[in-house]
Amino acid sequence: MPSTRTPIRKRSASVEVAQGPVSAEAIASRLARFEQMCLIRNFEEEAERQYKAARIGGYCHLSSGQEAMTVGAVQAMREHDLLVTGYRCHGFALARGVPPQAVMAELFGRRDGCAHGRGGSMHLLDAGRGFLGGWGIVAGQLPVATGVALSLVRQGRTAAVLCELGDGAVNMGAWHESLNLASLWRLPIVYLVVNNEYGMGTSVQRASAEPEAFRRAAAYRMHGERVDGDDLDAVAEATQRLLSMARTDRKPAVLEAVTYRYRGHSVADAGLAYRTREEIAAHKEHDPIERVAESLLQMGAQESEIAHARERARAAVAEAVRFAEQSPPPELSALAEGVYCHGSDIQFARMRPGSPFGEQELVFDAGLGR
Amino acid sequence: MSAVEEMPAMTEARSGVERMTYREALRLAMREEMLRDERVFLMGEEVGLFEGAYKVSAGLLAQFGPDRVRDTPISEEGFVGAGVGAAMLGERPIVEIMTLNFLLVAMDQVVNHAAKIRAMFGGEVGCPIVIRTPGGAGNQLTAQHSQSFEGWFAGTPGLKVVAPSNPADAKGLLKAAIRDDDPVLVIENLPIYKEKGEVPLDPEFVVPIGRAAIARPGKDITLIAHSFATVRTLAVAERLAQRHGVDAEVVDLRSLRPLDVETVAQSVAKTNRAVCVEEGWPSYGVTAELAARIQSACFDDLDAPVERVGMAEVPLPYAKNLELAAMPGEDRIEAAVLHTLGRT
Ligand SMILES: Cc1ncc(C[n+]2csc(CCOP(=O)(O)OP(=O)(O)O)c2C)c(N)n1
Ligand SMILES: [Mg+2]
Repeated sequence: MPSTRTPIRKRSASVEVAQGPVSAEAIASRLARFEQMCLIRNFEEEAERQYKAARIGGYCHLSSGQEAMTVGAVQAMREHDLLVTGYRCHGFALARGVPPQAVMAELFGRRDGCAHGRGGSMHLLDAGRGFLGGWGIVAGQLPVATGVALSLVRQGRTAAVLCELGDGAVNMGAWHESLNLASLWRLPIVYLVVNNEYGMGTSVQRASAEPEAFRRAAAYRMHGERVDGDDLDAVAEATQRLLSMARTDRKPAVLEAVTYRYRGHSVADAGLAYRTREEIAAHKEHDPIERVAESLLQMGAQESEIAHARERARAAVAEAVRFAEQSPPPELSALAEGVYCHGSDIQFARMRPGSPFGEQELVFDAGLGR
Repeated sequence: MSAVEEMPAMTEARSGVERMTYREALRLAMREEMLRDERVFLMGEEVGLFEGAYKVSAGLLAQFGPDRVRDTPISEEGFVGAGVGAAMLGERPIVEIMTLNFLLVAMDQVVNHAAKIRAMFGGEVGCPIVIRTPGGAGNQLTAQHSQSFEGWFAGTPGLKVVAPSNPADAKGLLKAAIRDDDPVLVIENLPIYKEKGEVPLDPEFVVPIGRAAIARPGKDITLIAHSFATVRTLAVAERLAQRHGVDAEVVDLRSLRPLDVETVAQSVAKTNRAVCVEEGWPSYGVTAELAARIQSACFDDLDAPVERVGMAEVPLPYAKNLELAAMPGEDRIEAAVLHTLGRT
């Protein structure tokens, strides 16, 4: 299948949806997407505040500005599809329906976090909702996601994998190896390349000999295409189409969504050493959330409905913080729990004599293999 | 004629010492060596325009230009391997890996290629590459970003591994690594980048590879550490002196391969007790190697079993309380020392 090409240039507010009579359901469903986008934006802004107040530690990568790509792609997933992402994963978790409380509690390192306070910002997960993790090594999640797709085939399941990666990840060997395997074995997977124009402080132009990542799919005889990642409908349409192709025809694909991150690489990066304030401001003029708000008005939604959606998103984040504050930290006596499967304590029992100082209390007596 | 002799005029003749941070000392070492030797160049992710993820290379792009301070895409296996190949032809690449964790992606180039070249080809060709990268934990960076693998590399014949704990050694060991004709892994450390110390300004100041230092002389017990564990251990030694009247000797290994067993053994022969400390997991690690060598070299001198303190053997959890408990903190080191002295 030939690769199609869409220019990077952002379009103004999409008005196509406003043509013809619009059903109440269509408005309601769009309002729900809008609310999700607001939830993600508010969540990220709150995460930054909490990070600066030292209640969140480690690395904290925000996705403000990328909400249309996130919500559009995840909305296109079916219930049994699976999601695998990199470390910039707060938005994906929220869009997949992980409760904001569980995400915020994870960022706070608390017991009720979606990874029980063990993973933090980069390693969110909700297996029950088909979210198999935020991963921290660039491109490390690609072979893993490819294997998840393999298991779908082996188990005869009609589902597909959506695997998120950044524009910086396409220069890793793991990308090429994964694409080759997926194409060779006809695996049900869509690689969603989030092209936010930078990998840390390096622009796509400075990092990639072929800066249009979707074109690389052709090297593996795989379908590749590019969408305006700030256009909710365009992302949803393309993801839906490619996921369905993966699910039913076992045809993998690369979908490149062009978007922009407003904040620095992580909260610790001011994000100005390698780009100008003007560049950031220009992107904010076409804010993906406001584009959806405009389109809602054009569809006939009431201003008040939009305001209420914004308000609900804010309230959900405030509630998430309250919840996270009240959740206790993990128990010290469980430090080694979950390192191995249940029953491994028997295998490790004879390793105790002569172990390094403190090992008995910290590891063997703290749940190793229980 | 070597580049060293061709370009004496380019080195700034300076003397004395200056107080600077560990990262500034590393930068100074690179700057001096780049001035001294045209073959030296730096490459890695964000080393140029961004001036280094941890600002170690700040100012070097402006001074030396993009040919010698080369930004790379995120492709560790590719550019570490490229460094290996360039070194085979006599270049002196310094490859910066953002953190030690990401060096695993390039493990094959380091262990299967760089480390093998000289021996496997019968000594016909060498590989004078330097790989610089910070290891360490303690900032809630979680399981994939908090690791200390120096034991893995130090257990690989063909590689040299150094791990400075202070600014002067950072400068001196990096310079020694750049001048060395073999592949050298320089393990830096995130929490000590900002630590300050006196650094000799003499461009000919180098710290020899394979020599440990007595970081604190003492007589009651020998504490052996490297990198950030040395910083912690020195703090514990002061505590021990103040609170318990214990006079601990601290050996800072500085080089892990080659390992200065002689200095370690001399100290243990004097104190008769040893506690080995590392930030990595002790099993099959640096402290495991030390314990084995000490019992072999000092069997008759030992009054107590050699004790080891390291990271709790779990993938490091995110939550602050768990992370603190898992790390080889000062309390745990102190307790190990008192235990080894029979005080508990
Ligand atoms: C193998 C590896 N090398 C380096 C890093 C450090 N690092 C983390 S994120 C990042 C930039 C990735 O950029 P991109 O893929 O574009 O994703 P974005 O951050 O823009 O979402 C780098 C270099 C890493 N985590 N893993
Ligand atoms: Mg990017």
